Amino acid sequence: MQHTLEQFFRALRAADVRVSPAEAIDASGAVTVTGYADRTLFKDALCSTLAKSADEVGRFDAVFETFFARDAVSMPPPSASEQGEPSEADMQATESSPLAQAVLSGDNALIQQTMEDAAQRAGVADIRLTTQRSRLTRRLLEEMGLEEIERIIANARRFPEQQGLADRLDQARRDLFTEAQAYVARQHDLYAAASAQTLREERLARKQLNADGGVDPVDYQLMAALVKKMAKRLAAKYSRRRHIAHKGHLDVRKTLRRSLAYGGVPFDIQFKVKKVDKPSIVAICDVSKSVAAAAQFLLTFLYSLNEVVDRMEAFAFSGRMISVNDILDDHGVEQAIFRVLQEIGFQQTDYGRSLQDFSEQHLDKLDRRTTVIILGDGRSNFADPRLDLMREIHDRSRAVIWLNPEPESYWGQGDSVMNRYARFCHVAKQCGTIEQLERIIEDVLRSYVPH
Amino acid sequence: MSISNPAAAGSAGDPLSSVDTLIEGLGGVGYIASRRIATALYMAVNLQKPILVEGSAGVGKTELALSTATLLGLPLIRMQCYEGLDESKALYEWKYGKQLLYTQILKDRMGEALADAADMDEAMVRLHGMGDLFYSEPFLEPRPLMRALREDDGCVLLIDEVDKSDEAFEAFLLEVLSAYQVSVPELGVLKARTPPLVFLTSNNVRDLGDALKRRCLHLHIPLPEAALEEKIVASRVPGIEARLTRELVGFVQTLRTLDLRKAPSISETVDWARALVLLHADSLSPEMVRDTLNVILKFEQDITAVEPQVVELLHKR
Repeated sequence: MQHTLEQFFRALRAADVRVSPAEAIDASGAVTVTGYADRTLFKDALCSTLAKSADEVGRFDAVFETFFARDAVSMPPPSASEQGEPSEADMQATESSPLAQAVLSGDNALIQQTMEDAAQRAGVADIRLTTQRSRLTRRLLEEMGLEEIERIIANARRFPEQQGLADRLDQARRDLFTEAQAYVARQHDLYAAASAQTLREERLARKQLNADGGVDPVDYQLMAALVKKMAKRLAAKYSRRRHIAHKGHLDVRKTLRRSLAYGGVPFDIQFKVKKVDKPSIVAICDVSKSVAAAAQFLLTFLYSLNEVVDRMEAFAFSGRMISVNDILDDHGVEQAIFRVLQEIGFQQTDYGRSLQDFSEQHLDKLDRRTTVIILGDGRSNFADPRLDLMREIHDRSRAVIWLNPEPESYWGQGDSVMNRYARFCHVAKQCGTIEQLERIIEDVLRSYVPH
Repeated sequence: MSISNPAAAGSAGDPLSSVDTLIEGLGGVGYIASRRIATALYMAVNLQKPILVEGSAGVGKTELALSTATLLGLPLIRMQCYEGLDESKALYEWKYGKQLLYTQILKDRMGEALADAADMDEAMVRLHGMGDLFYSEPFLEPRPLMRALREDDGCVLLIDEVDKSDEAFEAFLLEVLSAYQVSVPELGVLKARTPPLVFLTSNNVRDLGDALKRRCLHLHIPLPEAALEEKIVASRVPGIEARLTRELVGFVQTLRTLDLRKAPSISETVDWARALVLLHADSLSPEMVRDTLNVILKFEQDITAVEPQVVELLHKR
């Protein structure tokens, strides 16, 4: 049973339920307390030791049901014409193959057992990729002793009186094949399905977002999930920063001053407390034609950020700039992005004009606690970039962070004024993939935001 | 984890012998537990592990700890977590004021005691002897965690809303939760004679660290199914009519399928049932529902959204 448990842990890990050695030991301990007799008890006990969040409980249930689906073999019983026990002659002809006998007498338990043993020998549980399925099915059948059955069939075909037997075995062979296929498919679901998902996520994280065509529409959902995960982490870090207040250091001066009231006895002890500002974020997102491919991604990020950060002002621009707070607040992510793009998306970029809109209407939103995040490519269609406004934004805010989907070598080429804007940014970085975005944000939070 | 089985059960005729007796026992003290809840609790006692209870507000997380304490006849020590909670509020603190006061009062006595010291060194030695006086038990202010560890016959320790505390505090909890001991610099390591049964509850304000989760059994309490909820209402609100229970539970269950800011949870159902009993209702009428909607829905927007649909929702079941 220990082996089965180990296999089960592996299946859980494949489904992204973290099972550390310590938890594995706990689970084994739990099982010794509960025993195996009561399925629900067994399941609940394992669940409480292994699954550590509501999410994981759901995945645990799914894996448990698939893994312990032991009544899986459902070979059709011997055909109707052959009621009762198989004949003496048939048994003799199939003597060399226990599997064939089991099939003939409809002994599903034995077939199941044979399949499990064969699967272990064939290494079915090591399946990694979808493409391995047919090969493993073949191996599994070989290990189960299908060859022997095939030999018996060939043998039986030679005698007219054994045609019935041959037909039945032939049918059973096909059934076995279906069963083996299903078995391998289940193992694939258990051990490999999740790893394919991880692979896809990894690839997506490294994909250039402003490449031709941008992100595949089929990947949007996956991307949204990734970005959201990241934004959540970002917000957690961000909020933690402001919770750190210095405690525990004795404030000598204050304590002495208070002690005067008690005749010099330091009766009322004062500790040092550091006030930490509540930070706020102003995010400005470019949705013009030149960043069309990346706009979806940038907006997804903006949306997620808006969801997790308390104090945030969001703006989007291409020719002009508008506040998109309401749109982000009121709609689901896809709808919100669609609406923003509909309202001002894909026009001619005019950075100067947009900055002017911003400083005319929203400059008062910037103070020394504000971090400004600008998402855009800095391509201004040769219009006046209004560096003076950029400088003002820089001077008023705590930090200006510019994330540009283009690589640094493109900055300043053609109509790009990125290199000129970069002077007024505390951080200006390329941010072409989700992975890069993630790293930048970690860096930014760790070191760049000046105190 | 090979701490010997606690004698925690003790007095109460051993409801801990199996999951079924546990369900029954909890039922006896007014907590209707699902099988999963009882199993988790059973494992927690048998494996000597803290149990982390998650679920939305009002599904009975805290109540589970309270009922368990009543069932086992153990004292309940409760620690409410909040942002900024630290060791001095959770574990122990020195009574600074008392220490200072005593030193002041005893100043003259000390002067006398030191007066006949031959030289500075001898005075210092005497002073050292006295210094320890002020860092001893009488000056120690035990806080919930320390009190729980010092209960010799065991207790139920409820660490409520642990997700509201800081990460540093979470890390500090690790020692307490895995070894049932704490280190106090001035006194040494303090180890529980009988490990307490620990409940941690979380509303998922933030994700808890893996280290903490790893040390705990996990229990997620979902909103209950209709049958279970009816049982809960019947047990919590004595004297309620079966028909009314069925109707109001059905209505609440329908409400939960709607897109609301805060779906009503068990505690709201129970409150509502109490309110209806007070109003002498024996069945649900649309007017009655409209009048009492504010008991189950806690947001103005939710109430305005549901109000026009009340009749429809009542017929839907």
